[in-house]
Amino acid sequence: MSKKSTKRIDDTPVNRLRRTRLYIPGNNPAMVQNAVVYGADSLIFDLEDSISLDEKDSARHLISNALLTLDFEDCEVTVRVNSLDTEYFIKDLEAVVPAKPDGLLLPKTQSFDELIRVDNLISDIEEKYDIPIGTVKLMPIIESAKGVLNAEKIAEAPRVIALGLGGEDLVADIGAKRTKLGRELDYISAKIILACAVSKIQAIDTVFTDVNDTEGLYEATLRAIELGFQGKSVIHPSQIEHVHRAFSPSQEEIERALRIVKAYKDAKKKGLGVVSVDGRMVDLPVVRRSEKILKWAEASQHKI
Amino acid sequence: MKFVKNKVGRSIPEELNGKKLIPFTGKGKGPYKERKYAPKIRRTSPGDGKVLKSLREAIKKGGLTNGGTISFHHHFRNGDFLLNMVCHEIAKMGLKDIRLVPSSIQPINNELLPYLEKGIITHINCGTSGKIADAISRGKMDGLLTIRSHGGRARSIENGDVEIDIAFIASPTSDEYGNINGVHGKYACGSLGYAMPDAHFANFVVAVTNTLVPFPNNPISITQDHVDCIVLLKKPIGDPAGIVSTTLRVTRNPKNLKIARDSIEVIKASGLLKEGLSYQSGAGGTALAATQYLSEYMKAKGIKGSFGMGGATEALVKMLEDGLFEAVLDVQSFDTYAVQSLLNNPKHIEMGASQYANPLSSGCAVNLLDTVILGCTEIDTKFNVNTSTESDGRIMHGMGGHQDTSEGAKLTIIAAPLLRGRIPIVVDDVVSVNSPGENIDVVVTERGIAVNPESQYFELLTKAKNLNIKSIEDLKKEAEKLIGGKPKKPKVTDRIVAIIEYRDGSVLDVIYQIKN
Repeated sequence: MSKKSTKRIDDTPVNRLRRTRLYIPGNNPAMVQNAVVYGADSLIFDLEDSISLDEKDSARHLISNALLTLDFEDCEVTVRVNSLDTEYFIKDLEAVVPAKPDGLLLPKTQSFDELIRVDNLISDIEEKYDIPIGTVKLMPIIESAKGVLNAEKIAEAPRVIALGLGGEDLVADIGAKRTKLGRELDYISAKIILACAVSKIQAIDTVFTDVNDTEGLYEATLRAIELGFQGKSVIHPSQIEHVHRAFSPSQEEIERALRIVKAYKDAKKKGLGVVSVDGRMVDLPVVRRSEKILKWAEASQHKI
Repeated sequence: MKFVKNKVGRSIPEELNGKKLIPFTGKGKGPYKERKYAPKIRRTSPGDGKVLKSLREAIKKGGLTNGGTISFHHHFRNGDFLLNMVCHEIAKMGLKDIRLVPSSIQPINNELLPYLEKGIITHINCGTSGKIADAISRGKMDGLLTIRSHGGRARSIENGDVEIDIAFIASPTSDEYGNINGVHGKYACGSLGYAMPDAHFANFVVAVTNTLVPFPNNPISITQDHVDCIVLLKKPIGDPAGIVSTTLRVTRNPKNLKIARDSIEVIKASGLLKEGLSYQSGAGGTALAATQYLSEYMKAKGIKGSFGMGGATEALVKMLEDGLFEAVLDVQSFDTYAVQSLLNNPKHIEMGASQYANPLSSGCAVNLLDTVILGCTEIDTKFNVNTSTESDGRIMHGMGGHQDTSEGAKLTIIAAPLLRGRIPIVVDDVVSVNSPGENIDVVVTERGIAVNPESQYFELLTKAKNLNIKSIEDLKKEAEKLIGGKPKKPKVTDRIVAIIEYRDGSVLDVIYQIKN
């Protein structure tokens, strides 16, 4: 029996549902094999920070083969490669791009120019392996003050469909103090969310590091959603249900969204330009948002 | 040797070691005997003392001879010292060809291995693990291993399939007339459930204790009228710290946590998770996690169950303390928390093995279970469950109350990963059958849930929207795809080293000696 995919808002990679992106250490075969079972919307096989220097080669080899052989069902599959300034970067690209992951996470991204270089390198590999140019998308991670200030340009770069932020590194870089509520990241988050909105791509929130504090994670996710994040990266499978719980709209939200979408469709049929629901005017961004709420609602009904 | 195929498709010899075997023909059959076994009549007269100073005296008094049968309980689990002590004494006395009938053999009994090889112990009746099980798989014991469930063991003692010459009962406290309990004393082990059939049906019963209390002991789990002598020892009979083994911790493995959670979702979907629920789970890490999830859900919804049963664990006892169950029925206490609870909480009730699970009795408690969550080493596309052998054919475990609870409960859930390492758990045919597929309703894996088409819950569960239902064949294919094909069958010789009985005494399967 095949499962009906509920992970896509529409068919474009950028609009995919990405409530949760689960980090999996790229050197652990059992975890790689089982990554698909926990219900995350997106998987990140890590070749970077969770892999020690003496395991870099084996992890790269494992992930390349895993991408070629395993069935990840309707999960988005991405790889966090080592950063551009390391000796591993080119090797990572050469091993991973031919296996056609949905995307690559680029840690420590600082500028538009870096992304142009990466785009060219990937294009060369895609060409060599007969993969349509632009197949493998990019999801830069902003982890420095410089990267934050360049966020608008980074969001505009080719292949880029989402930006993430690396909370721990950022806090260190700007000299702030890491807190549970994350007030120190408010401006940075808002800036990245704005940059993403302009380029119509997704902003994904940083990880919540205390695996045992599930209520703290839930609260943090609610806050992230309020700010405008489309998803959160998670470091343990047990975090997924709590993030999804936060993304699950209330019954009122669902009903209102249903009314808006219906009113909009009816108006469109009748050729009317302006619609009002519950006494308030509804325009296209509101409709789009309502559609997303319905997708989140549908996704929270997803099978266990 | 002539063979017949039994109901689960296994070839069973008509006769083995001079004993006729009854092939398994389905649950609910039997009894195959008309009357219960009756032990010898003994007499203790006024003025007779019952306290002895050594095990040897008791062995002599019980009249053990070559070829005799001795029994033990395993309530100290891996902290039991008595089984080893008695066997060493028997070896010193030059006895041989002994049939050992403990309720389980634990790794601590590995030191008995030389006695198998020397012909001092030639038959074992119980579930075994560790080196002893491995040695039997390799043909190092002359006779047969008979694997029975806890209910099956009680039945075999009561119907005389097993005649016990001497039952040795490790007794945390006893008075000088043989009234025993397991909850007092320095070496408390909790329930003495598995020792009860032995006490009632053995021809001679020896209580072995470190703590002699004034008459009358109170409470009394096993009464003086069944106990022929008391051996007072200085050397400890067991270490309560050994009761908790590594299998009794809540899992941290996310895959197993998912399986545990989904098992509770299945119970919810079945409609059984409501007021009056009766529940049992095993004591593996996944089962313990499931119990915790169940507890959280019942608390959140204000649901109160009727009873929790089985090996009593801290997790189960806490549910009792939180008012989520009216009572806990305890055939064995799995940790010191449960031991304390049995001592102090009147709603925590000690239960004998026959009362717990003997199918050929006037009613056992497993019949009243709504649902049970169990594990397995393998399950096949006919839903037959293996708990005793590994995929390489070696004997590795017993089966506890698996076939008892799986037959008794309305909804039997097998919670198991689809793969363990690179070994598929859902297979075409299990190496050996411990519970027949007709007992099993659902198997929950991390990659999907399969419902037995024969289950009364099939329609209900396969329609549940939130369950990732797959056919058992699809699960099997998925497992094979993940590991790159079908695993090879284990290589065995034609010598039978063990038989697996169904709880009623018919034979489910036989296990062959493996090829080295």
